[in-house]
Amino acid sequence: MSGSLASMFVAVLRRDLLLALRRRSDVLTTFFFFIIVVSLFPLGVGPEPNTLRAIAPGVVWVAALLTSMLALSRLFAGDFADGTLEQLALAPQPLGILVLAKTLAHWLVTGLPLVLIAPVLGLQFDLPGGALWVMTTALLLGTPVLSLVGAVGAALTLGVRGASALLAILVLPLYVPVLIFGAGAASASVSGMSVAGYLSLLGAFLLIAAALSPWATAAAVRIALE
Amino acid sequence: MNQRIFRFASPQTFYPLAGQMIPLFMTLAAVLCAVGLYIGLFVAPTDFQQGEVYRIIFIHVPAAWMSMFIYVVMAFWCAVGLAMNTRLSFMMALALAPTGALMTAVALWTGSLWGKPTWGTWWAWDARMTSELILLFLYIGFLSLHAAIDDPRRADRAAAVLALVGVVNIPIIYFSVKWWNTLHQGASVSITRAPSMARTMLWGMLIMALAAWMYSIAAALMRVRSIILERENAAEWVAQLPEVKGQ
Amino acid sequence: MTWGSAAEFLAMGGRAFFVWGSYAVAAALIAAELLLLRGRRRTLLARLGRSLRHKHDDS
Repeated sequence: MSGSLASMFVAVLRRDLLLALRRRSDVLTTFFFFIIVVSLFPLGVGPEPNTLRAIAPGVVWVAALLTSMLALSRLFAGDFADGTLEQLALAPQPLGILVLAKTLAHWLVTGLPLVLIAPVLGLQFDLPGGALWVMTTALLLGTPVLSLVGAVGAALTLGVRGASALLAILVLPLYVPVLIFGAGAASASVSGMSVAGYLSLLGAFLLIAAALSPWATAAAVRIALE
Repeated sequence: MNQRIFRFASPQTFYPLAGQMIPLFMTLAAVLCAVGLYIGLFVAPTDFQQGEVYRIIFIHVPAAWMSMFIYVVMAFWCAVGLAMNTRLSFMMALALAPTGALMTAVALWTGSLWGKPTWGTWWAWDARMTSELILLFLYIGFLSLHAAIDDPRRADRAAAVLALVGVVNIPIIYFSVKWWNTLHQGASVSITRAPSMARTMLWGMLIMALAAWMYSIAAALMRVRSIILERENAAEWVAQLPEVKGQ
Repeated sequence: MTWGSAAEFLAMGGRAFFVWGSYAVAAALIAAELLLLRGRRRTLLARLGRSLRHKHDDS
């Protein structure tokens, strides 16, 4: 196997994407979970358009957080069970890079679909056009952060009893900044305020998460493999 | 110098040392608490705006400060453990966590009781209280993760990574929550802003904070001794301890 | 001294519930922590003592 870093990255990425495509039902169930959760809120809160417009960004974002939680358990579990994760840890390439490839594949399959369907869901809540764009962009910047930060939690809870509930406890507090600024961006747009600050901050979060979390995740993977 | 430090990194050496330190720190805590309470309840004057309710700060602020300080110290020991592979560092971090969580709980409870008469609600989602709540979740996460993993070594190291991730995130979380709070507030009210302080009030608060610090050290040392006994239960030196032989 | 009488002190300007509620809960939690720590140590020492006696009995 070629030792080049880029080709290994692409190989891991491709493998994970292919595996996900073969298990389409997993991907689709998380996707529908998102849609259902978002749709539940009007049923709980009432159909009054002003209320819905006010809560829409928060609802969509919380649903995205929960959906991300749900999908994360699959990030490493399969490879952990069949020994692939050990192979990756033993590879000459830095584990952090390989983990980044897996996380990217995970986001493409579980996060990106949320970004794409969000405008449609926003229409359910009568969000104006500009806000829809802002919310989608914010989700585009924010959902990768959820995957990156969540990956640390997924690695820490590998093979642990009650992993999914535990993962939620560990990771949801860390999601709070993304939630605040992600939902805040769309809310600001609805009120006609400037969103540039929000989106820049989300971009900064993404850069920091992409730079730091693969290494924390790699450390967590090694701990789980000992 | 290195030799001396690493000698104390052995649980066997640290156990008796900790045993000697506990009465010292508990005494300091008790004395400081008595002085602090005397100042806070008897010397400090009635506040012009808040009346007598403000006296809650003599519990609330020290607890809040300790809750944050303990987390940082806990994260420090986790980092030392990961870097130097010393078991005792991890044990110390694990010993600190429940006391940190307790301080957080006290801060939340007293903050709520302060908020109700002063600003009308039991919980006002202001920046500091909300951040304190998230800090409690971080403590609970640390303890839950540790408890869920059976192998002590893996539990120590996984929880350590989590603690470090948490400590890096705390400033980001605090900043975000502060922004969120100023954004959504109608009136700009800072729920837990202490009243402009008379000097005696400040002294009372500082002395109580010191008392809380001494207490936390004592409690953590007590807990770490139990953790050491649990982990080293098969060791000969444990079997030779007078408190074990006398059972 | 800010208090005219013991009754004044206890009343805390009408806010007794909040002030003493805070102090009482803080004291209770600390007492609980100390009691739990003592209980943990006692159970542990008893268990260690028992297992040592069993080891001696077996040998």
